[in-house]
Amino acid sequence: MDHSPNRSDGKLRRTVALIVKESRQIIRDPSSIAIAVIMPTILILLFGYALSLDVKNVKVAVVLEDSSPTARDVASGFEMSPYFAPRYVMSMPYGEQLMRRGEVEGIIRFRSDFSSQLKRGAGEVQIVVNGIDANTARIIENYAQGVIGQWSQRRRAEGLPVAGAGPLVVQSRVWFNETGESRYFLVPGLIVLIMTLIGALLTALVVAREWERGTLEALFVTPVHADEILLGKIVPYFGLGVVGFALTVAAAEFLFEVPLRGSLWVLTFVSMLYLLVALGIGLVASSVTKSQFVASQVALIATLLPALMLSGFLFDIRSMPIALQYITYVLPARYFVTLLQTIFLAGDIWSVIVPNAAVLALMALIFMIVARVATQKKLA
Amino acid sequence: MNEASNGTYAILGDKVRKTFQRKTGEAVVALDDVSLEIRHGELTALVGPDGAGKTTLIRLVCGLMAPDGGSLKVLDVDVAHDPQQVQNRIGYMPQKFGLYEDLSVQENLDLYADLHGVTQAERDERYPRLMEMTALGPFTRRQAGRLSGGMKQKLGLACTLVRVPELLVLDEPTVGVDPLSRRELWEIVQQLVGEGLSVLMSTSYLDEAERCEQVIVLREGKLLASGPPADITKKAAGRSFLAKLPDGAPARHLQSQLLEDPHIVDAVPQAGQVRFVRADGYKTRQKREPELAGITTRKVPPRFEDGFMMLLDEFTRDNAPASASVAAPVALERADQVNGADKRTDKHAELGDDVVVEVNDLVRMFGQFAAVNHVSFEVRRREIFGLLGPNGAGKTTTFRMLCGLLPATSGALRVAGVDMHTARASARQRIGYVAQKFSLYGQLTVTENLEFFASAYGLHGQHRRERLDWAMSQFELTSLANLPSGQLPGGYKQRLAMAAALMHDPDILFLDEPTSGADPLARREFWHRITSLSDQGVTVIITTHFMEEAEYCDRAVIQDAGRILAQGTPAELRAHAKGAGKMATMEDAFIAIIEEARHENGQALQAAG
Repeated sequence: MDHSPNRSDGKLRRTVALIVKESRQIIRDPSSIAIAVIMPTILILLFGYALSLDVKNVKVAVVLEDSSPTARDVASGFEMSPYFAPRYVMSMPYGEQLMRRGEVEGIIRFRSDFSSQLKRGAGEVQIVVNGIDANTARIIENYAQGVIGQWSQRRRAEGLPVAGAGPLVVQSRVWFNETGESRYFLVPGLIVLIMTLIGALLTALVVAREWERGTLEALFVTPVHADEILLGKIVPYFGLGVVGFALTVAAAEFLFEVPLRGSLWVLTFVSMLYLLVALGIGLVASSVTKSQFVASQVALIATLLPALMLSGFLFDIRSMPIALQYITYVLPARYFVTLLQTIFLAGDIWSVIVPNAAVLALMALIFMIVARVATQKKLA
Repeated sequence: MNEASNGTYAILGDKVRKTFQRKTGEAVVALDDVSLEIRHGELTALVGPDGAGKTTLIRLVCGLMAPDGGSLKVLDVDVAHDPQQVQNRIGYMPQKFGLYEDLSVQENLDLYADLHGVTQAERDERYPRLMEMTALGPFTRRQAGRLSGGMKQKLGLACTLVRVPELLVLDEPTVGVDPLSRRELWEIVQQLVGEGLSVLMSTSYLDEAERCEQVIVLREGKLLASGPPADITKKAAGRSFLAKLPDGAPARHLQSQLLEDPHIVDAVPQAGQVRFVRADGYKTRQKREPELAGITTRKVPPRFEDGFMMLLDEFTRDNAPASASVAAPVALERADQVNGADKRTDKHAELGDDVVVEVNDLVRMFGQFAAVNHVSFEVRRREIFGLLGPNGAGKTTTFRMLCGLLPATSGALRVAGVDMHTARASARQRIGYVAQKFSLYGQLTVTENLEFFASAYGLHGQHRRERLDWAMSQFELTSLANLPSGQLPGGYKQRLAMAAALMHDPDILFLDEPTSGADPLARREFWHRITSLSDQGVTVIITTHFMEEAEYCDRAVIQDAGRILAQGTPAELRAHAKGAGKMATMEDAFIAIIEEARHENGQALQAAG
């Protein structure tokens, strides 16, 4: 009773039919588009712009009690700096008033005796910073010192007296880079989040939905095989994951100009490995729970949260408690984050890439096998 | 195509057994050594109350589950051993149709054609045929999710017929569909059987079973009977009677009284009369029959439903101890009727028959779509008022507006004398609402649920205790008081939900699709209870897609696609179906009304749109 004379032909046709069906559903389902395109875009913008550790265009009041050309020369350094938006005021009380009203974040004060003291070799500039946000205050302070330091260097080069003490210049350099270096590790790390969202969460949702809506029940009573159903899910969501990957890498390179020191093909290869792991987890979660709610919770707790908290993406693994450090070894995201940071910031360092990629490949294989075993054409 | 299935039987089951494990660890026998024979080329119906094992049997036939014992051969293949071979050869439509709602009609068909390996040449020949049969031709590009219930059902059927299966298996294909679509679906199935197809379908409509060649009756996993429907009908030979009521009297009172008699197996309203089936030993009691005094009864030929009720009744008597708590709600009910019916709550009885719900030109839009389209009706105190219509007719939307859960787009709405636009809160004090999905707390016990609702309505002290006692006895929940409500059998969940909605002694009780998915037994029991509540002075407004349930109402409106097509007493509604003869059913009336409306629409062209 073989209805298809060429068995492998029928298998291919059925698999293609399922892939076409799934792709149509992805295109028409707003929630798929939301998770695959809108969420990554929001994450890219959020991590790329909002979550930066750098400060720009800080409003400061510049109190020029000394109207000498020297004082004005130093003050003009704040105008040139991209970090400050200075506002000149005539008296300290007015500057303080602006600060209390929250109109400025800091005050740069040149006392009336600034230039005369400078001539004596001990010029002093007072910097008052709003300390409510300690972190930002520190940054502003350092930037301000940097601006003054630059001026001092220039003066020194010209053999003229200098304001403040010399070491200021060095300090500001140690703590903060002039460019937004935090993006260098945040944006590549996003690839982990986006692969996890598409691979595990979205896949878990769509498979569980088919269980809930009873569409799988109808599908089962056809010549279709369980492995074809599985492939019909893996291929479209793998494709969607690749789109998310391309989007993030493009944003990293062109929007945020993160250097990619390793090679693109190695990056692509290890990302695909991780995507397969995530897909495997999503498929297993949905086949076992058969409920959208439970499957999405499992995917969230087992993959997304660890990817965010325990992978070394946001928090350094070495500074975690020992017990947590051991837990990170079972998390695929840990290996992927190590790979990403290495490939982006250090380069193709094979001694790191090979073992980590091997672990991911092994995990991908295991989860795919479990997913295949868990997907049976049976209801109970 | 049938070269391999030379045997006589499409399905042959020998002592098929299937057990499920409940979460509590308790084993439930879904199929208890069921043996059956289903012949080729015949239409076989699978009937039985909820929990009988119909869906389990169907899933075993389709190889979606493996039996725990016995053997099951489908198309001469041991399905437990080689489910794939069976699945290659049969067509199956599950209860939820299995359609992809975001794919179009054509895309759904193409998917199944691809999966079944149907060639292009075969499609060219097959598709036009399917389109003609299902009348889906003009909608091939429409997404399946945007089809009406009836059209979805037909598409689901078409998907199983992209090639000629050797056996077609349908699980409750007609549930929740309007009578017109139900009739059309039946015509398709019968046409297929006429062409030699073997069909097995489960159904909760007994009139459908009557039209099949073979019927299999299951109850609680046991096979009660199998054979031609006439054999089952014969069980009620000489026992069926029709009681004629005085003009205009609602049939439900007499029906209710008759059901209290343990020697009456069944009583249902039918075309303004009451049909009842007598059990053995009835004659000896005939002399003391106050309920039938002055009412003429005549013997009528039995129908399938009568025989079916006889079967269930026999089973209930034989299995009394085992099934008393769950399976025999009607029998249980009889023991304890004195409670409600005669002791009317004074509060309600004193009030007159004034209008309690007034709906005038009500409209509710969802975007461009008018879910409720210029609807007007009135409900008087102590009426049982029905909103009838197929799924998607706008019943639930109307209901939600009446209960103040959804604002109206336009129109006037007065409930219990209060304008719902301005004083929703005070109206809510006077209404009780039972949603389609009962709003109970599954982890709380029956008592705790009732106590919670009593507190939610602000009851306290003596009054609170009285209402709790009333609810327990009125709805016979005492024996289950300490069971978490999540573990209650379906019928009891409904009782508890009703009890909760009545804690604050409201004037009006709203019930949204209370009988949806319930089997014939549970539905009779439910209406019996509603009759008793109405006798206590509660106004009951109820939605249902079972047309024949209009017979229980004092008045009803028939709604379709957001509009009211007809309203009046059951007799007035039935008058629409003059063509169908004196014993026209409510379904005939509905179909006649829809056809009238379509005819008028055709004449008025777009004016009605």
